[in-house]
Amino acid sequence: MRASATKTPRQTTRVGHRARAQRREAVALVIPALLPILIFSVIPLVSGVALGFTDATLKRNAEINFIGFGNFIELLGDSRFWESFGIGIIWAGSVALLTLVCAMGLALLLNSDLKLKGLTRVLALIPWAMPPVVIAIVWRMIYNPNSGPLNGALEAIGIPGVNWLGDFSTALPAVILVGVWSGIPQTTVLLLAGMQSISAEQHEAAAVDGAGVFRRFWHITLPGLRPIIVAVTALDFIWQFNSFGLIYVLTEGGPGGRTMIPPLFTYLEAFRNREIGYASAMGDVLVIAIMLILSLYLINQFRQTKGSRS
Amino acid sequence: MNTKRPWYATVLMYVALAAFLFFLGFPLLWLLSASFKSSGELNSLAVNLLPAEWDFSNYGAALERQNLLLAAGNSLFVSIATMLITVLLSMPMAYALARFQGRMRAVGTVWILTSQVFPSILIIIPLFLVLRTINLNDTLFGLILVYVTFTLPFTLWMLQGYVAAIPTELEEAGEMDGASRLTILRTIILPLLAPGLVATAMFTFVSAWNEFFLALVLLQSPEFYTLPIALRSFLGAEGQTQLGPLAAGAILATIPSLIIFSILQKKLTGGMLAGAVKG
Repeated sequence: MRASATKTPRQTTRVGHRARAQRREAVALVIPALLPILIFSVIPLVSGVALGFTDATLKRNAEINFIGFGNFIELLGDSRFWESFGIGIIWAGSVALLTLVCAMGLALLLNSDLKLKGLTRVLALIPWAMPPVVIAIVWRMIYNPNSGPLNGALEAIGIPGVNWLGDFSTALPAVILVGVWSGIPQTTVLLLAGMQSISAEQHEAAAVDGAGVFRRFWHITLPGLRPIIVAVTALDFIWQFNSFGLIYVLTEGGPGGRTMIPPLFTYLEAFRNREIGYASAMGDVLVIAIMLILSLYLINQFRQTKGSRS
Repeated sequence: MNTKRPWYATVLMYVALAAFLFFLGFPLLWLLSASFKSSGELNSLAVNLLPAEWDFSNYGAALERQNLLLAAGNSLFVSIATMLITVLLSMPMAYALARFQGRMRAVGTVWILTSQVFPSILIIIPLFLVLRTINLNDTLFGLILVYVTFTLPFTLWMLQGYVAAIPTELEEAGEMDGASRLTILRTIILPLLAPGLVATAMFTFVSAWNEFFLALVLLQSPEFYTLPIALRSFLGAEGQTQLGPLAAGAILATIPSLIIFSILQKKLTGGMLAGAVKG
């Protein structure tokens, strides 16, 4: 503090020069990271959006024609895409909500006075550390109708086994369970951090006033966590809506398209059917959907901060 | 907290904790046990967490088959290169983001957040075209370039959080002594940033090591396969899959990230929160 006070007179006489020097410095610092971002991220992003308005295919040296909203008009009548879109909403919504519920439970347990917390904290990170492909491989083994432990356990107590990932009715729930499993650690960590920022005194004061565990959770923990809960759930939803590897390795969208989430559908259209123009149009629709969700979240946040200020 | 709780509530809480531990830990345990089981036992419905007879041949078989060793080498190379390049590129910008307020910071933050929610399928299509025209698709170098771009946002986010945690007074003192910006960066900021830098680098390494989608799109030749892609091709048709070697390979692919995550355990939350609070 004292250092900056003694510096002030000199600073004011050279402020123009300093500002310019600082700007030059900032530019020099930013350029190394900015170049790859521009070349491999911003330009592809813009051209990706633009490709949706063309008839581009993966063929080498093929002519690309601008076809306006042609792809989008075709997409409107493409029931397979909208089915996939619906599955994506169900998948992302269920995973985000169930993850929140599970992670909240786990975070509450980890925030209490139980023993074995340290061990649990370390072990709870396992799903976060495992590569998605490995997660999918393990769960394929667990769900395997002929050699998986799930059916093994069911059969041991006399219940007939189920072809979890192959049956039309169980495939999507089975995949959702894996999504929840892999999402719990990250959400738990964030909720736990939020809980630890709520002061213990508040809890103790409420406890002295005779508030039970559930009332304290409802009236102190939950309101205090609200911003984190909303942010984490919105992000979870968007991440799951965009996820690819887990379901690709688990089911490849099957059986009969029951787990065909939109990124998978778009990938197959682009790299199997080689229709990248049409696939990019699908991507554009996904971006619009995500932006809608995001703006809902931001409006909600904005209202919150305005409400708390007034 | 010293609030009274009936004994049955404590019991229930321990039951719930045990259930969570089982749910979260069982898949890895099952994979580990499968990697030591004989193919006969693997194809039965018996639920043994401990193999009836220990079979250590799966690991050898995994390394021999499908060039898994080559794939592990590719993964290691790609992950280390991605880590080094990303951290080197992002260090200066993270510093600028944390220290220079103003329009650039706002734009940077918005871009970082956008990149977290943007569907990568829409970016990978044009990126694939760009890499194909410069003949870098289906090469490890091309994959590294793509990984650097995709890991930059989060790396920047994490790093700028660590920079922001370093008090500016230290730099001002250096400035008073007439040190140039470069000297200040090298002698004051860098040593203080080292722990955060290591954590960020490790996180970048794991992201590249675990990545599947971009590698799936960009790599076609088996000799360039990274570990996740090789494991996936290992899966093949359900009937012929040799579960033992597959499980062994999956365990080998998990070990590096598991080690790094257990080291990062505390840092991970700290860094993310630092970023979140300062952002």
